Amino acid sequence: MPSENAARAPADAPARAAKDNREKFLERAMSRHNYSGDALIEVLHTAQELYGHLTPELLRTIAAKLRLPPSHVLGVATFYHFFSLEPKGEHSFIVCLGTACYVKGALGLLATLERRCAKAGSTSPDGRVSVDSARCIGACGLAPAIIRNGEIVGRLSAAQLDAELDGIGVP
Amino acid sequence: MSVNTLSIDGKMVTGTTGETVFDVAWNNGVRIPRLCHVGGVSDVGACRLCLVEVEGQSRLVASCRTAVQEGMVVRTDTPRLQAHRRLIVELLFAERNHVCAVCVQNGNCELQDLAASLGVDHVRLRYRYPKLPVDTSHERFGIDHNRCVLCTRCIRVCDEVEGAHTWDLRGRGTHALLIADFGDPWGQSESCTSCGKCVQVCPTGALFTKGKSVAEMQKDRRFLKYIVTAREKHEWIR
Ligand code: SF4
Ligand code: SF4
Ligand code: FES
Repeated sequence: MPSENAARAPADAPARAAKDNREKFLERAMSRHNYSGDALIEVLHTAQELYGHLTPELLRTIAAKLRLPPSHVLGVATFYHFFSLEPKGEHSFIVCLGTACYVKGALGLLATLERRCAKAGSTSPDGRVSVDSARCIGACGLAPAIIRNGEIVGRLSAAQLDAELDGIGVP
Repeated sequence: MSVNTLSIDGKMVTGTTGETVFDVAWNNGVRIPRLCHVGGVSDVGACRLCLVEVEGQSRLVASCRTAVQEGMVVRTDTPRLQAHRRLIVELLFAERNHVCAVCVQNGNCELQDLAASLGVDHVRLRYRYPKLPVDTSHERFGIDHNRCVLCTRCIRVCDEVEGAHTWDLRGRGTHALLIADFGDPWGQSESCTSCGKCVQVCPTGALFTKGKSVAEMQKDRRFLKYIVTAREKHEWIR
């Protein structure tokens, strides 16, 4: 029996077992809301947590089961920044473009990432690195700051960033 | 239904509770500019061209989304409103690629007419020149995203009148784009019934009938009034 925990944190569960159950978990999330169209955002949330990103097949299934127009489902999935339609890369870099970071040269960091990896909001073709930008992340004292794999890294120079990328084997 | 008396541009008018300032104004010959409003479908307040001043309120309100109230004093055409409207139209022109000289809608375009009536003879903002697609996969119609002002008229008429809900918007801000179904080419849409309602309500040359060349597109919206009257009043009158 899979535990409720596995539904919430499939990344930690043994990959194969989790994979087999994801469909079931998604189904359960929809049935918990009586397949109501009003639960679209919650259901998309669950789907994204289970699969990491929203595939066309997932959106199709969700639209059909919640009896919603396809364009509405895609509209909601693309409106919120939280949802991603593309798989995330192994490494993720989010550059803060808040005022303080901007003044301290955040655009230069973003330019480095975009030149070497991918445009903001996308993942490099080899699936290694996802790049994104954010509004103020509240680390103004550390400007310019980025979020690397979920952790804040502050006072970063373009040269340091280049060295980091070299370190993870980005060409 | 109770009747409210209000003043619009100094004229005393009446409107029943639930009616919008916009509708009451137009019923009384005060033609407030609009772009996203189209009679017969719901109002969403997307374009902000119908902004008006209401005495006692510092914020401007979208008249198409404001219900009439007893004793309201509304002004629809002050210099401040005119300036805002001009800026809105300039923003619309700067946002996408409205090259009238090569547009099917040239001469019959609501955006063009708005610009003319508001005295927008040049655009003070830098044009964005985004690269946007044109989808001509539908056998009878086409959509040129370069001309789309995101008014959502097509979305509402397809959803509320035709009942197909083919269209919606994806993304937000400068990334917003009209989509059919799952963003498929329109011609592959499974929900579209090819009724053409969206094409007829589109204010610009964004949605067009195939085979039309520059300035040949004319839109006919009489069907909307007919259907809505039939549905609401059970009167089938042309
Ligand atoms: S042609 Fe009719 S059904 Fe198809 S998208 Fe337009 S309004 Fe909707
Ligand atoms: S295609 Fe036309 S009707 Fe639809 S949102 Fe764009 S401008 Fe408005
Ligand atoms: S007509 Fe009222 S906001 Fe567009």
